[in-house]
Amino acid sequence: MDITFIFSTLITLMAAVPLTLQLAALSVLFGTAIAVGLALARTSRIAVLDIPARLYIFCFRGTPLLVQIFLIYYGLGQFSGIRSSFLWPLLREPYWCAILALALNTAAYSAEIIRGGLLSVATGQIEAARACGMSRTMIFRRIAMPLAVRQALPGYGNEIINMVKATALASIITMMEITGVAAKLISETYRPLEVFIAAGAIYLAITFILTRVVMILEGRLGQRLSPSDLTTLGDAG
Amino acid sequence: MNAIDNGEPEFAIEIRNLRKKFGPLEVLKGVSLKAAEGEVVAILGSSGSGKSTMLRCINMLEVPDSGEIIVAGETIALEQKAGKARPKDIKQVERLRSRLSMVFQNFNLWSHKTILENVIEAPIHVQGRSRAECVEEAEALLAKVGIFEKRQAYPSHLSGGQQQRAAIARALAMHPKVMLFDEPTSALDPELVGEVLKVMRGLADEGRTMLLVTHEMSFARDVSSRVVFLHKGSIEAEGPAKAMFENPSTERFRQFING
Repeated sequence: MDITFIFSTLITLMAAVPLTLQLAALSVLFGTAIAVGLALARTSRIAVLDIPARLYIFCFRGTPLLVQIFLIYYGLGQFSGIRSSFLWPLLREPYWCAILALALNTAAYSAEIIRGGLLSVATGQIEAARACGMSRTMIFRRIAMPLAVRQALPGYGNEIINMVKATALASIITMMEITGVAAKLISETYRPLEVFIAAGAIYLAITFILTRVVMILEGRLGQRLSPSDLTTLGDAG
Repeated sequence: MNAIDNGEPEFAIEIRNLRKKFGPLEVLKGVSLKAAEGEVVAILGSSGSGKSTMLRCINMLEVPDSGEIIVAGETIALEQKAGKARPKDIKQVERLRSRLSMVFQNFNLWSHKTILENVIEAPIHVQGRSRAECVEEAEALLAKVGIFEKRQAYPSHLSGGQQQRAAIARALAMHPKVMLFDEPTSALDPELVGEVLKVMRGLADEGRTMLLVTHEMSFARDVSSRVVFLHKGSIEAEGPAKAMFENPSTERFRQFING
């Protein structure tokens, strides 16, 4: 094993980090927006909203992400309606296909995480909000959602980390993110061990930072919910 | 009891012939109640008598199957839809709710907001008052209930008694026409009950209109102007507190207050 080669590979691969982060960030962003809608539909107790949301979640959780990426990248172009639509300039780009697939996929998982958070909100706190005359939308915005987010945060952190790693699959549709560049390096150098060690180390570093960020966020939001940190406020009794 | 004369003064709150079923169980069997401005009405009864349900119907946390609820002269409009009663105009219900603040058995403070934020939340966002004004008032209210120094703490860092006093401050901040107390001391450790009752006694002395569901007999006796005794969904006895306790009008109420 050649340590200096690993280092030089690390530096080469670093150039691909921005693309990996972009893919992950945009898909989490779009995915979350879709997920909130799905979670609302799932908790609405209105069949015409609930059933399609269930079906969506079933399909996207029940099939491999790789299959979803292929279906979107190779499949969408088969439909002349899509080829002639205003979205085609975006959808023919592997970049947007990857983001679309990742976002649709993470939305299905995140929707269930958010739904769990919403269901965990203590009914008493909602009742207190109703009792002071808040409207449904105000209760959702100011009470239910902030509380649900705090509950959902640990699960959501996992999902974000999953997304970062899932961006590796975008290399299959020509995206030169970390794994894409790594694969290219291997075909040039025939040294898969060193290249993949370097790639793995970068993913590990990103994941480590993300875990810390989520932990800090959890600490800052979560201390308000749990009595477990009473030690830090010893005199609060 | 069911009809009012036109000559009578307007009541802060009036309910007429309230009925409510949960499935096959009839929890309220036509209950009527009036509270004049400044009155403290204690609602007593054993568990399952319907007293909490009655209180929760007043601000529509439970929708009664039939009957009338009149808040400061305004009747809450109900309609029947697919065999179930529901408010006709949710905006009206929200507006009236903001004038009837409620204090719950389990405090129900919003756990993601500080005590101060809990108190100013509805005055700012429901009543549309200015933040500066609300903060100033909230601080005065928190001082009044004795937890000013906890204003930046989160509810989970307070004792039950402190949380309930914060909840009372939150209720007061709405400038309520009537305050509804749903067993406010039942979830408290015995040594914390006194501090909450003291605050409530102060409110009664100020002449606030209060409906109070409670198990604290001596408190009901001392503080309330009128007592209503519910049994199996009907009002079995009611009258001025002093007379009711000194001379119970029914055998069941006598047994109830003697424990």
